[in-house]
Formats: sequence, C-alpha cells, structure tokens
Amino acid sequence: MPLDATIDPATHKFALVGTRPLRPDGIDKVTGRARFGADASAPGMLVGKILRSPHAHARIRAIDTSKAAKLPGVKAIVTRADFKEGDPGLRDVLHNVMARDKALYDGHAVAAVAATSAAVARKALKLIRVDYEILPHVTDVDEAMKPGAPVLHADMITANVEPAPKKASNIASRCEFGHGDPEIGFKQADLVIARSFKTEATHQGYIEPHACLASVGSDGQGELWVCTQGHYMVRNQCASLLGMDVSKLRVTASEIGGGFGGKTTVFIEPVALALSRKAGRPVKLVMSREEVFRASGPTSSASMDVKIGVTKDGRITAGTAEIRFQGGAFAGSPVEFGAMSAFACYDLEHVKTVGYDVVTNRPKQAAYRAPGAPMVAFAVESVLDELAKKIGMDPIELRLKNAAKEGTRSSYGPKYKRIGLIECLEAARRHPHYKAPLGPNQGRGIAAGFWFNFGGQTCVSLNVNVDGTVALAVGTPDIGGSRASMCLIAAEELGIGYEQVRAIVADTSSLGYNDISEGSRVTFSTGLAVIQAARDATAKLCARAAKTWGIAPDAVVWEKGYAKPASPNAGSFAPLSLADIAKTAGSTGGPIAGHCEVNAEGAGVSFAVHMTDAEVDRETGRVEIKRYTVVQDAGKAIHPSYVEGQYQGGAAQGIGWAINEEYVYGRDGRLQNPGFLDYRIPVASDLPMIDTVIVETPNPGHPYGVRGVGETSIVPPLAAVANAVSAAAGVRLSELPMAPPRVLAAIDAAASRRS
Amino acid sequence: MGEMMSKVKVSTTINGDPVEYLCDAEETLLDVLRDHLGLTGAKEGCGTGDCGACSVVVDGRVVCSCLVLGAEAEGRKVTTVEGLATGDRLHPLQQKFLEFAALQCGVCTPGFLVAAKALLDRNPDPTETEIRFGLAGNLCRCTGYDKIVRAVQAAAAEMRKG
Repeated sequence: MPLDATIDPATHKFALVGTRPLRPDGIDKVTGRARFGADASAPGMLVGKILRSPHAHARIRAIDTSKAAKLPGVKAIVTRADFKEGDPGLRDVLHNVMARDKALYDGHAVAAVAATSAAVARKALKLIRVDYEILPHVTDVDEAMKPGAPVLHADMITANVEPAPKKASNIASRCEFGHGDPEIGFKQADLVIARSFKTEATHQGYIEPHACLASVGSDGQGELWVCTQGHYMVRNQCASLLGMDVSKLRVTASEIGGGFGGKTTVFIEPVALALSRKAGRPVKLVMSREEVFRASGPTSSASMDVKIGVTKDGRITAGTAEIRFQGGAFAGSPVEFGAMSAFACYDLEHVKTVGYDVVTNRPKQAAYRAPGAPMVAFAVESVLDELAKKIGMDPIELRLKNAAKEGTRSSYGPKYKRIGLIECLEAARRHPHYKAPLGPNQGRGIAAGFWFNFGGQTCVSLNVNVDGTVALAVGTPDIGGSRASMCLIAAEELGIGYEQVRAIVADTSSLGYNDISEGSRVTFSTGLAVIQAARDATAKLCARAAKTWGIAPDAVVWEKGYAKPASPNAGSFAPLSLADIAKTAGSTGGPIAGHCEVNAEGAGVSFAVHMTDAEVDRETGRVEIKRYTVVQDAGKAIHPSYVEGQYQGGAAQGIGWAINEEYVYGRDGRLQNPGFLDYRIPVASDLPMIDTVIVETPNPGHPYGVRGVGETSIVPPLAAVANAVSAAAGVRLSELPMAPPRVLAAIDAAASRRS
Repeated sequence: MGEMMSKVKVSTTINGDPVEYLCDAEETLLDVLRDHLGLTGAKEGCGTGDCGACSVVVDGRVVCSCLVLGAEAEGRKVTTVEGLATGDRLHPLQQKFLEFAALQCGVCTPGFLVAAKALLDRNPDPTETEIRFGLAGNLCRCTGYDKIVRAVQAAAAEMRKG
C-alpha cells in the first residue's frame, strides 16, 4: 500500500499521529494487574519441569522413566518417544524441543514431567535415568570448521557449494552477495585495510522467562496461553508437532515480558501440550533463568575478515567480507542477513560478501534484533573508522561521501527507493554532541547501521460499537506499546478520539492468520492494515448515511469523523457522526465493521547513526559510556515516545554486547554463566541518558510513510562503542566484548610494541 | 520431601491487610504471593536475586521476594506493587511511569516501582546518579533506563510539592 497521494508526510497536519497519549495497557502494567506468561492458572493445574542434558554432545542410549513414574503425584512423563517425526520443515524445531538420538548441547531437553507440585516434579526429574555416551564436542566457530572437528550431524553436506562436498561437516551452507569485481576496486585504492574480528554470542535477555499454560482435552481440543511474539506461529508449529488439526488448538498471547526475537520459535510449548494431553489436566511450564540461558536462543557468535579500500579523497573503491557464524546445534544462523547487510549503507561499485553457516554444540540460536547485522556492522564500521583516521578525514564525512541514497544499487541486490541515511549522517554532524569537548582518557566513536525491515501477513478487524466507540482486534503481540500506536492510527482515520478506540491482541481462533511480531513489522504492517480496515469501515458508514438520506453511496464522503454529502449536488443534509450512524446501525443494515487481510509489501529499509563517548580506565581496562546519541530514520513516528524507547533500548543492548555480555563456555562444553549475576546486562548505573533524534524520511511503501524502527537501533552500537574505546585506548579493539581484561591486554600489548 | 513436610502457618500484613497462609518451609515469599495469594504483580525473572522483578518492601526495606522464605514474613509488613495505588488514585510514580513511557514490555515495572518508592521514601530529592545506583538492582532490557530515570525524577519533584 503506497504512500497516500493525499498525504505529504512533511507537511500533512495529522490530528493524532505524532502525539504522545498514555498507552491503553498502561494502568494494568503499573498496578501489577497485567497478566504475563507465568501469571495464569487453571483448575486442576499440574506443574511441568524439563530434564536437560548436562553434556555438550552425547549419544542417548536409553531413557528409563520407570522410577519417576511411580513417584506419587507424577501424572505424565514425556520423552522423544512421545514426539513423532512429521513435517520435514519442522525437523530441527522438533529435535531442538526434545533431543532424539543425541543431546547436542548443554541444556538440550531430554525428558519432561508433569506433577501435582513443583517439588514433586523436581524430585521426579532426579529419578529419570538417562544412559549417555559422551562424545567429543566443539563450541567455537573457527574450530568447528576445521577438518577433524567433531561432526554434529552425520548427514550435513554444505549447501550451495559446487561441487558438493563428499563428506559431512559442521558447515551447513555457504552464501555470497555483491556485484562488480573487488580486485579491480582494490587496485584503484590509495589505502587498503584488512582486519579480522570476533564477537561472542549474547542472549536477548528478556526479563520474562518463557512460560505457558497448556490444556488438551480427551476430545483432542487444546488451549494454550503463552508469552510469544507470534501466537499463530506457535499454533501452527505445535499442531504440526503434536499431530493436531490447526483448528483444534486455540492459542492466546499473554502480555509478553520482552522478546527481541527470542520468542519467535517454540521451546516448551509442544512439551506442555504433550504433557497435558497425556495427563488429561492443564499443565503450566515455566523456564528458570538458567534454562533460558542454556536452552533458548542466544545470538550467533561470529568470526569475520573485512577488507576495504579507499582513495585519498575518501571514496571507497571496494569492500569484501568473509563472515562465519555459528548458530548452535542446528543450521539457520542469520549469516545471510549478515552478508547482505555488511555494506548496505554504502554506494559501492565493487563489493562481495561470503558467509558460512556453522553448527556447534551450543543452543540453537534464535533471532536477536536485526539478526546478523550488528556483528558485521562492528567489523565494517571499525575498518572504516581506521581508514578515516589514516587518510585524515572526518568519519562522518567519509560516510557521507559514500552513503547509499535513492537509486543506489544495494550491496545485496535491489535498488533503494527513498531512504534517509544522508539525513541521519547530517543530523549527527549537526548535533551538539559531535562538537562537545572530550575529557582525559575519553574517545568518541560513530557508526552507521542498516536494517531491511519486514512486512508480511496481517489481518485486522475493526468493530464499530453501538455507542460510537471502536473495538480493534489485531493479531500481532504488543511487545513495546504497539496497541497505543494502533489506536492512534484507527482514531486518526476514523476522525474520533484516541480514547474511543480500544485495541486488543486477539487469539488465534478469533482473527485470521498473522505473522510474528518480528522484523520491525508491527507499526508498518499492522498499522497499514488498521488504516485499510478503518477505510473499509468508513466506506460502510458512508453507505449507511447514504441509505438514511436516500442518496447514492458514492455521493457521501467521510471527513473528520462525519459522513457528509460529497457536494451540494448530492443534497443538503446535516453531517452524521460515527456515533450517530452506529446508534441506528441495527435498522440500517446491521453491525458495521471494517476488515483487512494483506500480505504487506513495501517495508522501507531503515538507517541509523550512533555516536558515543567512552572513557577507558588505563589501569583496569574498565570502559565507561559517558554520552550516547542515537539518530535514526523512522519514516513517520506514530507515537514518538515509543519510537525513542526503541532507539534507547537497542542502544543499551548494543552497549551491553560491546563491553560486557558474552556466553562463556568451559573446556567441558558447559555454559559457565547461565544467570544474570555472571551474564551481566547493563543496569541503570552503567549507562548515561541516551539522547535521540528522530529523522523522518517517508517510506514510499506506507500510506503515512512509516518505517519499522525496532531493530536498526542495535546495529551501530557495537561499532560505535568499539570506535570510541579504540580512540580512548589508543589501540584498535577487534574482539567483543571489550571487558576489562581484554582492553587492558590490548593497552599493554600496544605499549610493549611502542617500547 | 515437599509432600511429607507439614506446612508452616504464617500471619502477616500485606498491603495493609491482615493475611494468614500455610506454606511449605521451602517456599519463597514470591511463591506464596504468586501461587497462594494471587498477587502476581511481583515477577520471577531469575529466582536468584539478580533482576529485581520480584521486589517487595518488607518492614520498610526493599527485598527480592525470591530470596525471602514465605515463613519469614511472620509478623511483618509487606508491600507489593498491588499496594501502591490508593483505590483508583495512582501513586505519583505510577502516573509518571505512564506519562514518560518508562515501560515497554512492562514486566520489570512492578519491581522498579517498588524499588523507586523505597528510594524516594529514603531520599526525596535524589540526584540522577543516586537514582541510577538506587535502581541498579533492577534489570530492564527494553528501555535503556533513560525514561525510567526521568519518570522517577518527575515523580520525586511532584511528591516534594506534596
């Protein structure tokens, strides 16, 4: 649905869009009334618990549940025998939900029980005997690619390689993107820099652990309450894994306590349903924090080589990258997104990126906010920073000289429509932060970032109530205030007050299919569907007015909340408000509702520029973030407070990734830090205020010009912080996280090189 | 174990009301609040006292209710997020959290509100740094804390006006 021809987002006076009303779910969330995944209960409810492998890699010879089954209070036990192989497209999902012949990582589920209390369930887990044959393991991406590394899957032949390898390996696939001939480009360069980088896996770190309440009756009908970013995805996958009809499983999305991509697949939900079906009673299953770290999706760790050439006057002549992502025990790391996005900010004649998707004995990675892009941006933007310094050019100037713009052929193929990177770079350069003086041991870093954004399948219903209020049903779980934005959009279109619209997230039986809340798609695509549903409703409202007046439906228009005759020729009638028409709907043709079903295309790509000042303690290597500014293109900000919130939240997660967060594996292949004490995410005292600048370069693919904003904000911070720390420390940091020991070692190494 | 033990009988005060309950000796105050008393405002984010989502006030002190046994509440005064508002009148912190969009997903919000109220009860005019360190026991993964700190500053200013 293209930009509305009647709306110029730069000058259009919206009545409500762009204002900052209180969110409709706000009172519930500040009073403790909001119901999240673990807050539901049901009569006769059992408690489910999962037994997990303590080994990184082990063949499961046998599982003996007989002793556990005899424990009083145990009502059901499930193992791999209770999950039949089915849809080949869900094979890896199934094998991740419950291990088959091998446990592939520390934390891999091997059995589950449902019992009358948590204490009984825990005791039952201890009575289950699993006979393991421990196998050699590998957790590092570069190690996993070496010949002779322990192979996880005997049938894994690297895809997209000609000729196909004869032997199985841990390399699931290769991908390649780009155009031109980088060798020609590098010859044209005055300076070429090639560097290698590594980043560790980080966890999405949502504060709410995975939780669900499943209930399956003996008639095969089921209900599931779950915290998820996509309850239709949960319904379809669970129905398939359990051999149920999709229509027999109704899934309700609870309030969700953070997701960031990590709640876009199933982990415990099929297990809870299987336990409930076996026990004939409702089963609540909640992950502990340790389980969240050991067995739900962290992001990939990465190993990358980047090479970029520039002329003395700052033109990039060529860029190449080889990136290797391990995505845990199954194929599917976001290496393609990484390879596609690596150079997406720049207008390059010669560019090539190659990616390898690698499996290791770690939990299967899950999407994490702009999956794949932050680590690659760290590598590319670090090299650009070094090039700018070497040729004596301002780092924003270097990026401006090469910035992608409308018509640029992107590094991953398509030509860009209207985009806002140059606007972001210029806004960053104008910002007072950019000229502010730095203190001792401080450095400033800037970096740009790109994300694709997504549209996807969306279904919305808008019901006009008898009193002139409106009930809006959407199918995309609200992960950051989207109900407020949807109410704003509906009220804007209908010409009524924000408070007169009530938005809910409907269950899977009440509304057609919706894709997951992912890909920064909700404000774009659900918003687009709300506009269309509202326009569908106003057409019907106009038709009812026409009927009342006895004139043709096309002789009536909808304006600012009223049906009016289109022109004096249509007749002279007093305008009818939405409430007027709603009141008499029963006698003019029945209920009035607007609907929209769409596979939304035209999600505009989005860019951001971050800048930060870091201070390095040269004695301890500790990094402190002193100042941070986010500049990002939102296309059109519907509710600016929540747009700013996305900018700030992405920056904070990126800062954690850059300086502190990492998965630490021992030599035994076990995760050493599965808790918030040892996996330390930023707390309030670690961060400064995070300043934001909302740039609005309309997306030509949306009626109001909206672009998704959720993900782009985590793309630049790894690089921005690394550039700031490198400037402050006087030495280039090329591995994340930049924790004190690593920073100190880099400072010491640089000092010994100088002396 | 659990099923063999006799229950502990506890008499306590929660949000101003007298409450009696039976709990297992091993159950935490958080388990009791959530599973026995239906007070699900406090959340279990970690179960190890690292995230603050289960923060409640016991006799004027903020504690992680996942680290306190249910039996330990005997004779004490417990305040949870459900006790912050007075009827339909929100506490200034609750109001400012809404106005400043200081929550995105909202799962950490009950813990932040309880901890922030205890902070302002102690120190009605905290600096930004004091707010940041005062709330450092509460994890938020959505907001980057900026809007939370501003909401607490605004609530403090309003409360000082009385």
